[in-house]
This record gives sequence, C-alpha cells and structure tokens, in this order.
Amino acid sequence: MKRHQYQADSLIEVLHSAQQLFGYLEDGLLLYIAHSLHVPPSRVYGVATFYHFFSLKPQGKHSCVICLGTACYVKGATQLVDAISQTYGIKAGQTSEDGQVSLLTARCVGACGIAPAVVYDGTVSGHGTSENVIEKLKGWREDGAA
Amino acid sequence: MELPELHQIAEKERASQKPIRLRICVAAGCQSSGSLAVKKKLEDTVKEAGLSDKVQVVGVGCLKMCSQGPLVQADPTQTLYAKVDETQAAGLVGAVNGGHCHCATVDPNDPFLAHQFSIVLENSGLIDPERIESYIAAEGYEGLYHVLREKTPTEIVETVIKSGLRGRGGAGYPTGLKWALVAKMQSPRKFVVCNADEGDPGAFMDRSVLESDPHRILEGMAIAGYAIGATQGYIYVRGEYPLAIKRLQGAIRQAKRLGMLGGHIFESPFDFNIDLRIGAGAFVCGEETALMASIEGRRGQPRPRPPFPAESGLWGQPTLINNVETFANIPTLIRKGADWFSAIGTEKSKGTKVFALAGKITNTGLIEVPMGTTLRRIVEEMGGGVENGGTVKAVQTGGPSGGCIPADKLDTPVDYESLAAIGSIMGSGGMIVMDQSTNMVDVARFFMEFCMDESCGKCAPCRAGTVQMYRLLSKIREGRGTQQDIDMLNGLCDLLRNTSLCGLGQTAPNPTLSTLRYFRHEYEQLLTDSTVNGQLPKHPANTT
Repeated sequence: MKRHQYQADSLIEVLHSAQQLFGYLEDGLLLYIAHSLHVPPSRVYGVATFYHFFSLKPQGKHSCVICLGTACYVKGATQLVDAISQTYGIKAGQTSEDGQVSLLTARCVGACGIAPAVVYDGTVSGHGTSENVIEKLKGWREDGAA
Repeated sequence: MELPELHQIAEKERASQKPIRLRICVAAGCQSSGSLAVKKKLEDTVKEAGLSDKVQVVGVGCLKMCSQGPLVQADPTQTLYAKVDETQAAGLVGAVNGGHCHCATVDPNDPFLAHQFSIVLENSGLIDPERIESYIAAEGYEGLYHVLREKTPTEIVETVIKSGLRGRGGAGYPTGLKWALVAKMQSPRKFVVCNADEGDPGAFMDRSVLESDPHRILEGMAIAGYAIGATQGYIYVRGEYPLAIKRLQGAIRQAKRLGMLGGHIFESPFDFNIDLRIGAGAFVCGEETALMASIEGRRGQPRPRPPFPAESGLWGQPTLINNVETFANIPTLIRKGADWFSAIGTEKSKGTKVFALAGKITNTGLIEVPMGTTLRRIVEEMGGGVENGGTVKAVQTGGPSGGCIPADKLDTPVDYESLAAIGSIMGSGGMIVMDQSTNMVDVARFFMEFCMDESCGKCAPCRAGTVQMYRLLSKIREGRGTQQDIDMLNGLCDLLRNTSLCGLGQTAPNPTLSTLRYFRHEYEQLLTDSTVNGQLPKHPANTT
C-alpha cells in the first residue's frame, strides 16, 4: 500500500487507497499513516476531515448517492432525497439502522445530460424518480434480509 | 522516434479500419445509459453475421448529444442513431449493411450539431480514447514533434501570445502572458499543472474531454513544458470522475511506452513526465493555490496572492497552471498556427468555447461554438428551447461563482467581457437553463448553501458571511423576511466580494446579486412587509 516512497506529499493518495481497502478511515489507521509518512497526526486528521471524499465512520453495505448538482437540482433531485429520508428515516450522510443503505449526496457527478442522476454502489444511472429510487433501495434491503 | 515512424503508426491504424465502422459512445454519459452492453451486443451481432472483415465496432468519446444516449454513429454514412438499446443491435447492423432499421436517428442538419465548431472536441466521438494509435492517426503528437525539433521555446510562447488564447477556467487571463511569465523565471525546477478539478455543479466539459481525447491534454502539457522549461507535470483530477482517471492513466502509460513522455522525447534533449493527482471532493481545490496545496498533500486551503504560482507555486517553484480546455486547445493551435486561431471568435475573446448544456432544455449535451455566439442561438436554436414547450426564465452560467442571466438578455454574445457586463461570468462552461417553474430565490439559496459547505474556513468573510447570507436567504424563502433583510443581504454581498481571500468567497455573492438585480420582484413577493418599501435608509451597496 505504501509504495508512494513514504513521501509526505502522497498523503491524499495514501488515504484514497486506505479508504478503498477498509471502507472508511479509523482513528488507528490514521495514526498508522501519520507514523509511516512522518507527518503529525493532526495533519492527517485535518486532511481526512477537510475532503468530503473521506469518511471517518463505517458506511452501509450499499451506497446510494444522489447528485445535487445544479442540473439535477433544477430537475428535482431534492425530492429524491426527501423520499428516501421519509421512507427510511435517514438524513443525507447517514446510514440506515440495519446497516444496509447509506444515503449520500454529491456535488455533481458530471452526468448532467441524464439528470437527475443517482449513483447506486458506484454505478451511475439517470432519470431518477422518487418511485424508482425507493424501488431500488427496497431491492437491496430484501437482499440483505434474505 | 522519427516523423516517418509516427506516420507509419498512423498509416497502419488507418489501414486497419474496416470499410464500415460503428462508433459507439463510451463516455460516462452514455455508459450510464447502458452503452457498454449495447457495444457488446453489436460486436456479437457483427461476429454472428460473419461481417467481421467488413464492419467494425469502436468505442469512442462523447458524441455530444447526451440526452439522446446511447449514441451510435455509422461510417461512412455519418448517420447518427439515438437511444440505441440492445434489442436494436441486429437491426442496426443490418441497416449499415444496406438494410433498414427502426432506430431513431438524429438529423445531421439539426442546429445542435450544425452550429458546432470544433477545436477542443475535434477528435471527440471520432477516435478511440483508449488507444494512442487512434490519436496518432488523427495527426496527434505531430505538433509536439515539430515543436521539439524545429522551434525554440520562445517561439512557442510567442505563438500562444499571438493567438490570443485566454484561460478557459473562467477568469480569462491571457494564456500566452502566463506562459511568458513562467518561462522568464530562473529556476532549475518548474512545474506544469493541469487543473481538471471541475467542481462547478452542472458542468461536464472537462470530464468529456478527458474521457474522449486524453492524449490531447498530454500533448498540450508537454508543449507547455517545453515552452516554459519544465520537466514535470501534474494533472489534478476530481475523484468523482473514475472513468476519466482510468483513461488518463492508460494514456500516460501508452505515451511513455512510445516515447512521447519520459526522457528524450522524440530523441530530443527534452524530458517530460506527467503524474496524476486525484482530488478528494473539495470545490475550493479548483482555486489554483488551494489546488497546489492539495497536490502537496495538505488541506486544500488557498493562500493570498501574490506571490502568484508563476513565481512561487508547487514546493515554492515557478508553476504554470492551466485548465483542461486551455491545454486541449494547444495541439491544434500549434499545428494550424496562431493566425488561423485568432481568426475565430471576437476581438477580445479568440477561439471557441465548450459549454455543457443542461437543466430544463430539450437537447442536453456538449456544444462547442465560436466565441461571440449569442446565448439565444445556443439555448433556443441549438438547445431546442425548454423541454415540453415551456419558456426560458433564466440561464445560469459559471456555476456557484456565476450569475443568472434573464431571458431578455439572451441576445448577449458569449465572450468574457459581455458576460461580465451583465453580472455573470464565462466560468468553465456550465450552462443551466431554467424555466418558469424555477424559483430564483431557491436558486440563490441553493448556490449559497453550496458555497457555505465548500468554504474552506480560512478567512472570516467567507466562513461567516456565507452562513449569514444562507440564513437570510432561507428566511426570505420561508416568507419571514423583511426589506431590511434584503438590504443586509446586499451589504453582505459587497463585503464578501471585497474582503474574501480567494475566488470562492469573492464570487460567492454573484448568484445572489444577479438574481436580486434581475428578479428582485420574486424576493419582494416573499417579504412580510412587501408593501412597505423604502422605509429604511438605503444601504450604499444597494445601488447595483
């Protein structure tokens, strides 16, 4: 993992790979990275909390990212967020109680041509509606329960 | 590598092309509409029909009309098939072979396509972005060869100055002057940085360029490196663009293999390497000093300028930072010359601009038009107006730093000065169309929320000011606002604009200011004391 020659400037790259491997960044992991790269833990923590991409809490089994870019916003992406929030009682950035679904929002996934865009577990799909989003999440939860 | 060898690669690539080619878009937009499955199906169908030596299926970059995806274009007829799905594959293969099919097609004379003028996107949709040979066959890397063998760095800088190319990141600083400034610096180490942190929500031009024609960026950066005397380049690309990252990584690998990057490029004494840096989701990192901090592995916080990056950038060394689109202009500019380039566009804004049309518009997608084209032509003719026959209320350009242009200003030509004059900015090229159902106070609040979240928190005007403005806008939106709140909002706009440290804070009031200027009645309708006007002393900033 640390093939970046232990250079302090590769901190963001290292955090990227760490998050990919472990899903989220635990305190212990951050400390370990700080020691390996010879930078103060405060800086690692600072960087990890500064960028939206890094998560310090465990994520749900599935992730549902709703794009809230301008194009998606104009086309009613907030209604999708509201629909999910109401159905599952989670707000953006939270994970449902059974640990199945994390609801996230994004600034723009660059799929404005097919707005509103929703990213299910890393796969972008377009033309989201309250119905098809809820349908998809229901599918996940049933898979998880079975 | 010598020129004949380069030509040989191009020849070989052209010879390997089959008479009939089906070019299918595999950029992110069409991929999310399922173009990969269609591509697979087309390939299988061709194989089953025994047409493999006649028909070829190629994955290409963006074919521009994103709303009609997945798109397939057939050579040599140039027919553009829209919304192709897997079941239509057999019919489509039959059609190009002389038969008929029921696939929807796009009229090649459609204004959306007919008014385009491509420099940056000239290869987009034509070449296979994952193969360097395909780029070479389109005269790629030839410009770099001539530059390294026949020109001096000073000549290159002069060509760029003469062309009148201006930075495509939004502010429009003359690119040639920037290059000259960095070239002048005496330093053993210099850097070239490509800003691919396309953070504007609703903008996807840079992503499309990176996904459709990644080698163009590498060539542009290498030419820049030669011109200013740098040997190391960085591309800072958003973490949200996995496909662009993958294609860039592939492109860098291929270019190194063929000796277009690395040591002694084209057997000249010039060395140049490019590394990728992946962003982690922070809008402020599009600001150049914040971007450099992020490349160095620190928090992406801007710092005061001067010193400008040209003097003291990455690790304190002179650094040239340009946007993706700026670099993408370079190879063509060098190949065709400064005079050719400066003949396009308006007096002060040369060349073309790529816009990402989105929002409530019939044809969403990518367009590239000469500078000086009117907004009306872009929105009404090319974009086909508002979907379902509505009317345009406003056009938003420049993302959270730009403004909303009302419908009656649609005859404004698109260039840096004209857009600034009406309170918006060119920005990187996002263009969102809003119809009558959009509430402008909502829009202003939306952008303010964005700036509030994305403020890095280093300077107080931006950190606290955006929060205050967001609260005021919310208050007005919820119908609890008074005239005093609008005055206060105006005052805060003024404060942020004049005292913030970086571009984010300075331009954060723009959406609010422009909506206040053109859609003031929408604010006033929501006030509790909307009948009591002018009761309070007017704030000086109120005279916009």
